[in-house]
Amino acid sequence: MTAEIVRATGQHLVLVLVSIGVATAVGVPLGIALTRRPAWQRLVLGSAAIVQTVPSLALFGLLISTGLGIGNATAIVALTLYALLPILRNTVTGIAGVDPAVREAGRGMGMTDRQLLWRVELPLAASVILAGVRVATVVGIGVATIAPAIGAGGLGVFIFRGLHVLDNATILAGAVPAALLAVAADASLGAVERRLAPPR
Amino acid sequence: MPLVEFAGARFAPPGGRALVDGLTLAVAEGETLALIGPSGAGKTTALKLVNALLMPTGGEVRVGGRATTAWDPIQLRRRTGWVIQEVGLFPHLTVEQNVALVPELEGWPTPRIGARVEEMLALVGLPAAEYRTRRPHELSGGQRQRVGVARALAADPPLLLLDEPFGALDPITRRGLQREFRALQTRLRKTAVFVTHDLREATLVADRLALLADGRLIALGTPAELAASPEPAVRSFLEAGA
Repeated sequence: MTAEIVRATGQHLVLVLVSIGVATAVGVPLGIALTRRPAWQRLVLGSAAIVQTVPSLALFGLLISTGLGIGNATAIVALTLYALLPILRNTVTGIAGVDPAVREAGRGMGMTDRQLLWRVELPLAASVILAGVRVATVVGIGVATIAPAIGAGGLGVFIFRGLHVLDNATILAGAVPAALLAVAADASLGAVERRLAPPR
Repeated sequence: MPLVEFAGARFAPPGGRALVDGLTLAVAEGETLALIGPSGAGKTTALKLVNALLMPTGGEVRVGGRATTAWDPIQLRRRTGWVIQEVGLFPHLTVEQNVALVPELEGWPTPRIGARVEEMLALVGLPAAEYRTRRPHELSGGQRQRVGVARALAADPPLLLLDEPFGALDPITRRGLQREFRALQTRLRKTAVFVTHDLREATLVADRLALLADGRLIALGTPAELAASPEPAVRSFLEAGA
């Protein structure tokens, strides 16, 4: 049983890490682009918000019907879509929240847009962006527990199995590690976030 | 030859009224010119026209004989020190990293940057040994503004633009920095344009004053000339400021 829990925890982590990784790799650059084209913010953030409102089980179902089939890949796509909104929104908010005086000082000193982004805007927005990643990760760990409904692995396997045979111990074998993962992710990313926060 | 020239410069934001209107004015090399006037007179706008943060919508602004529209704005700004009221120090960088920024962007060799930072901090009265590793939030308002001046001077620009640099400071710190700025200027002889709404400050730091109102130049001269002016617009500003 223990070996099985460890393996399922590993699968769970892979589902979450891959989806958060992809969502970050897409969401942060897209968020930066949105700060340069504010007119697109409503459309893009609005679309991401709509995806967010689709119940997770329904989103899994929808993705299967688009021809992705069942399995881990579909689960990762769904988890990525869920993770996109908080990461996108926090990237936009974080960069928009940089003190205009600081930005103007940088421009007035002759920084190019790229230098301003890498040396000023991103370092100052890093903690806000990471807060988005943290929220997305914690949510992702939770949502991933229903991934077995579409044939993916992870800790949800125990929960579904336990529900099926009405065995509390089996349910807890999935639920407790999932909850611990979420708490651990929240605490560790929160600690990094505090370190990145610019001094005031 | 004047280093900075406004030639009928006008700036109006799209669909808005002109913030600077037909401004003609020359700042000689080595001179400190104060732009004074009430809030909304167009002082900051005029200043931003010099380092191409804004482009004139009419007329021309020339720096070193070349129109700002013909300069690469990045090059122009690297040759122009810029000090603003909010200071705009980078809160995530140390004092040293803040001061080193433009030399670093300009690709100076590291040892030269280190020496320059030390020299600049000494110049503004902040010994490098004590202050270089501090961050802006660990400094007082006056110290932050000193770092702002050191940063603006770091790459040895021929031109300094200052926008209410001491505006957010308490009166005593402010007086002290005004005197130090004057003393610094008698040594460095940079060409400087100094925006302030405080007549006493302008009189103390500048060789000549340019009084703006509603985006137009209404008087130009030495502090003594302005004080003796019979112009009603000048009198009303002087008396309101006194």
